[in-house]
Amino acid sequence: MTLQEISNAIQGNVCLGKSRLSENVEHAFASDLMSDVLTLKETPLLITGLCNPQTIRTCDMACIEYLIICKNKKPTEEMLELAEENNMVVITSEHSMFKVCGLLYAAGLKPIN
Amino acid sequence: MHLEYTVVEGDFVNAGIASSSVKKTLKQLNVNPTVIKRVVVALYEAEVNAIAHAYGGKVLIDIDPQKICMTVADKGPGIPDIALAMQEGYSTARPEVRDMGFGAGMGLPNMQKNVDHLNVTSEVNKGTTVEMEVYFQ
Repeated sequence: MTLQEISNAIQGNVCLGKSRLSENVEHAFASDLMSDVLTLKETPLLITGLCNPQTIRTCDMACIEYLIICKNKKPTEEMLELAEENNMVVITSEHSMFKVCGLLYAAGLKPIN
Repeated sequence: MHLEYTVVEGDFVNAGIASSSVKKTLKQLNVNPTVIKRVVVALYEAEVNAIAHAYGGKVLIDIDPQKICMTVADKGPGIPDIALAMQEGYSTARPEVRDMGFGAGMGLPNMQKNVDHLNVTSEVNKGTTVEMEVYFQ
């Protein structure tokens, strides 16, 4: 599904990467534990409730370009600047991480193997 | 090529600057992206550990055509039992480290999984040195 469809499904707010919403995403991973994200061989869309500079740094190291931050947490300017440097798409949602995962799973986004 | 970075105790905002810089350098050197990811994941975990557990330290990087050697040397409390610290899930992290998304006892095991050689030496009340090597081929 496209990032636009993903954003619509979670009533998202696209903070960064509006020009890339036609890009397709197949797989997602959800975690607040960045060490878990760093174990991934794949580069799925990341769904997290963690909203701090290390969220963006971890995406950089793990080569993850698509990020959803849940529960109405707002990334700081510094975080968005860092995310822009790394060519990321950042979407926020008012919903809880559980609800975001449920909505996107129901909409067809797959877990990584 | 030799690179050096300073790690400051508790400076979580800047944790990862050395790893990001090394990533850019390796990209410029056209290193295989899979290898780059292994290098920077291991280095990032080591960098976070030095910031989270110690009183600061140094990151030393040496790159030659065959491999990258990374040393993260901190001044700090040291690790009394390295074998125990290598076990997945063992952690002595403070709450603020966990708030940053780390501190689940996966740092050293993650380093081990991503590098070709890992050597950890430590002296209690003095510090810890993590040496890692990754071959490009």
